[in-house]
Amino acid sequence: MPRFATAAAVVLGLLSARPPVHLSAQSLRVPYQTFRLPNGLQVVVHEDHSVPVVAVNMWYHVGSSDEKPGRTGFAHLFEHIMFMGSQHVPTGDFDRLLEAAGADNNGSTTEDRTNYYEDGPANALPLMLYLDADRMGFLLPEITANKVDLQRGVVQNERRQSYENRPYGLAEENILERLYPASHPYHWPVIGSMADLQAATLDDVRRFFQTYYTPNNATLAIAGDITPRDARQFVERYFGDIARGPAVTRTPPPRVQLTGAVGAVLEDRVQLPRVYDAWHTVKAFSVDDATLDVLANVLAGGRSSRLYRRLVYELQIATDVVAFQDGGRIDGKFEVYATARPGHDLGELQRVIDEELRKLADQGPTPREVERAQNTVEAQFLSRMERVGGFGGKADQLNYYNYFVGTPDYFQKDLERYARVTPAAVQRTLQTYLTGAHRVVLSVVPQGKPELAVKEGATP
Amino acid sequence: MRRTLGVLTLSLTALPAFRLSAQGVDRTKPPTLQPPPALKLPTVQTTMLPNGLSLAVVEMHKVPVVDVQLLVDAGAARDPATAPGLATFTATMLQQGAGARGPLEVADEAAFLGAQLNTAASFDGASASIHVPKRRLEAALALLADVVLRPSFADSEIARQRELRAAQLVQQRDEPVAVANVAFPAIVYGREHPYGHPLNGTDSATARLARERVVEFYRSYYRPNGARLLIVGDVTLAEARRLAAARFDGWERGDVPAFPSPPAPPSATTRTVYLIDKPGAAQSVVRIGHVGPARTTPDWFALEVLNTIVGGAFTSRLNQNLRETHGYTYGAFSQFAPRRLTGAFVALASVVTAKTDSSLIEFLKELRRIRDEAVPPPELAKAKAYLTLGLPGDFETTGGAAGRFRELLAFGLPLDYYDHYVDRINAITAADVQRVARQYIDPDHFDIVVVGDKTQIEAGIKALNEGPIVYRDLWGQEIR
Repeated sequence: MPRFATAAAVVLGLLSARPPVHLSAQSLRVPYQTFRLPNGLQVVVHEDHSVPVVAVNMWYHVGSSDEKPGRTGFAHLFEHIMFMGSQHVPTGDFDRLLEAAGADNNGSTTEDRTNYYEDGPANALPLMLYLDADRMGFLLPEITANKVDLQRGVVQNERRQSYENRPYGLAEENILERLYPASHPYHWPVIGSMADLQAATLDDVRRFFQTYYTPNNATLAIAGDITPRDARQFVERYFGDIARGPAVTRTPPPRVQLTGAVGAVLEDRVQLPRVYDAWHTVKAFSVDDATLDVLANVLAGGRSSRLYRRLVYELQIATDVVAFQDGGRIDGKFEVYATARPGHDLGELQRVIDEELRKLADQGPTPREVERAQNTVEAQFLSRMERVGGFGGKADQLNYYNYFVGTPDYFQKDLERYARVTPAAVQRTLQTYLTGAHRVVLSVVPQGKPELAVKEGATP
Repeated sequence: MRRTLGVLTLSLTALPAFRLSAQGVDRTKPPTLQPPPALKLPTVQTTMLPNGLSLAVVEMHKVPVVDVQLLVDAGAARDPATAPGLATFTATMLQQGAGARGPLEVADEAAFLGAQLNTAASFDGASASIHVPKRRLEAALALLADVVLRPSFADSEIARQRELRAAQLVQQRDEPVAVANVAFPAIVYGREHPYGHPLNGTDSATARLARERVVEFYRSYYRPNGARLLIVGDVTLAEARRLAAARFDGWERGDVPAFPSPPAPPSATTRTVYLIDKPGAAQSVVRIGHVGPARTTPDWFALEVLNTIVGGAFTSRLNQNLRETHGYTYGAFSQFAPRRLTGAFVALASVVTAKTDSSLIEFLKELRRIRDEAVPPPELAKAKAYLTLGLPGDFETTGGAAGRFRELLAFGLPLDYYDHYVDRINAITAADVQRVARQYIDPDHFDIVVVGDKTQIEAGIKALNEGPIVYRDLWGQEIR
C-alpha cells in the first residue's frame, strides 16, 4: 500500500492493487554501476539522460513478514513515521522541501520490503539524498508519541478506506489467515489489524528502527540524468558517517501446505457474492513462478481468456474474473476470484472454474495461448523501461531484482523466464499446484445470505 | 545480462577512489541546489489526412513503444435525454466485434500483439487507444482502425454487454466512492445539464439499450472530421502519416452535430448538505464543490496554482490539515475538473465516520481561508515550483506525453501551450490567487455530498448549522 494516493487516482478510480504489467526483445538492458559504503549501504547507479529527471529509490529489507504477533501492520505504520521529520529536518519539511524543488515522493510496504522514492528535476539529487540520509541516520531524536499517534490515525483511515469500506476489501486477510498458520509471517495482511495498530508504542518504533533501518539493511538505487561520479560523491557525503547496525538475520519458516479443502464464508455489505480460490504455490523467481504467471494469463488475462469466456461471455453468470500468481520472498500463492451476477450463486461459478481447471489440466493450453501471454508480458517489460522513477520505474526495478535475485540488471533474464514457458510446462504446473483438494475457498456473500456460498465439502 | 562481479570490477575502475569526509557534512540546513535543468519537452508535429482527420505526432525514440490515441467527438454530453449512458456503451461496443473479427477475437488479437486496447468515453469525448511495441505498430493500427471504422454492433453482443452493464450498475452501488462520484455531478449540474446524468447510465436506460440507438449514435458522431489522431513514441512523422493514411483514409466524413451548449445556469442554491445513507460504513465519503469554469478559461493557470495550494499536492492545505494535523483521513485533495463546457470545483476525502462533522468544519475553514487571506510568499513559490519544475517528468513516458498533448487537442488549446506554460505559471501573483479563489470557490453555494452511515453522522452534521440537510438516493436523486 502506498503512503498516499492522488486525487485524480481517487476520483478516476485508477488505483489498482496489482502492479502494472508490460515487454520487448531488443533493448532490455539497464547498465549500472554499483558500490558499497563502509557502513554497508549498497548503491546502484543507472544513467539515463533522455529526460532531465532523477529518481532516488531506497529499499529497506524489512516488511510485514518481520512483524511480531500482536504488532501486525507495524512495518507499514513505521513507513508513515519515516516522513514525520528527523533531527535536522523539522516535521513537514521533508515534503515541503521536495515539492519546492519540483519533486514528488512516496513510500510503500509489502510483506518483504519497504521502499521510498523521490523523483524530480536532476538538480534536486543532493536534496533527495540529504533528506533520505537524515531519516536513516537521525530519525529517533524527533519521534514523539504524538507523531506516532497521528500516523496511527492516518493508517487506520487507510485501512478503513482501502479495506473496510471497500466491497470485498476484507477477503484477502481472510484468505491469508487460512492459507498460512499463525506462526507463518504471511499469516497476516500488510495493513495489519486495527487492534495491533492501536497497540503500537514509541518503544516499538525505537526497536524497529534500530533493528532494520540501518545502512547495511538497505539498498539505494539512483537513476536518471546524473553521472555516477556525482551520485557517488553525494551519497558518500550524506550517508558516509551513518553507523552500521547489527546484521539482520532471519530464519526462513518451514514450508507450509494445506492438507485439505478449507471453506469459509464472509458476510459483507455487498449485493453480489464473490468466490475466491487460493492455493499455495512457489515463491518469486523459483522454477515455476513465471509459468504460473502465464497460467494466470491463460485462465483470466483479458476477455480472450478461458474463464472470462466461460463465466462472463458464454454463460453470463459472472461480472468479472481475475487470476494471479503472487510470489513473495518466502512463499507464493495463486488466486482465482469471480463475482456472480444477480440471481446466481457461487456454487455455479465454482463448478465452472473447476471444470475449466480440469480441462486445462487434461489437455494443456494451445501454443497460441502461451504465445499470447508471452507477448503481453514482453510488452509490459518494454513499457516499464520508459520511466526511471515511481513505483515500478527503473530505479525501483533495479532494487527489486537486486534484492530478489542479487543482480540489479536482471530485466532480460527475467523476460527469458517467460520466453521459455511451454504449453506442457503450463499443464504440468497446473497439475502440480492447482489440482487436489488443498485450497482455500472463500465465499463473500451479502449479509444474511450464506446460502449463496460454495457448499462445504465441494471438491474440484 | 551482466553479472554482479563484472559490474563491481567495472565500477571500481570507472570511478575514482576518492572519498569525501562525511564527518564534514553540514546537516543543519538543506543543500543549496544548482539551477534546475533547462526545460526540454518533446515537440508535436501536425498534418491532415485528406478525409479531414487531423494527425499529431510526437517523436520519442528512447524505448521501442508507441502510444496511439484516437479522439472522437462522441462524448456523453451528447447522450440523448432518453438514453443516458449511450456514449460510454457505444465506446464499449466498438470492441465487441469489428471488421472480420468476433468480440473475443478482437481481444485475442490485441493481447497477441502485446497491445493494450482501450475504448472509452468521458462527457467531453470518446477515445480509442492502443499502446504497443513498435514492431507490432502496423498490425495494431489495423486493429484500431477496424474497431473504430468497422464495429459490428451485432444484436447478440449488444444484448450481452447490456446485461453485463446492468450487473455492473448493481456493483457500483456497493462502492461508496463510486456512489459519490455519480451523485456529486448529478447534484452539482442538475438534470438539464449535458454533464448532469450518470456517465454509465441508469438501470432503466440500460434495459432499453438497443442496436438502433447505438448505430445511430455511432453514425452521427464517429466521423474523421472533428476527430484527432495522436501518435506518440518511436515513430517519425512520415512513418506515422503513411501508416495512418493506410488505415484511416477510408473513414467517411459526415456532418457532426454541434456540441451541446450548456443550459442557463440554475439560480445558485444556498449551501446544502446532501446525505446519502450507507448503513455500517466505516468512513464517510465527502465531496464539496460546485460548477466551475471551462478548461479554456484564461484563468486556468491561476487556477492550477490555486488548486496546488488548496488541494493538488501532498503538502496542500486540505491534506496537511485533515490528514497530517488531524488524522481524520488517508488523504484530502481538491481539483478543478477540466471540461469543454462547465467545469467543476471539488474538494474530497474519505473520513472516519466519527469525525465526519469535524472534517466538514476543517474543509470549510480551509476553503474560506483561501479567499480571505493572501497566500504567503513561500507557499506561493512552492506551488509554482512544484508545477513548473515537475513538468518534464510528465513527458517522460509515451503515455504521459500523450496525456498532456491529448488535453491540448481535446480542448482546442494551442499546441505550443507548454512552451509558455512555465512563464504563465510564474507570472501568477498572490493577488491573482486570491482573485480566482474568490471568483471560483464559493462556500456560500457549496453542494456538500456525504455518503456515509446516516444514523452515526446526521446529528453532528446538523449541529454544524452549515445549511439544510437533504437526503438523496444512491444516484444523487431525490428520494421518492
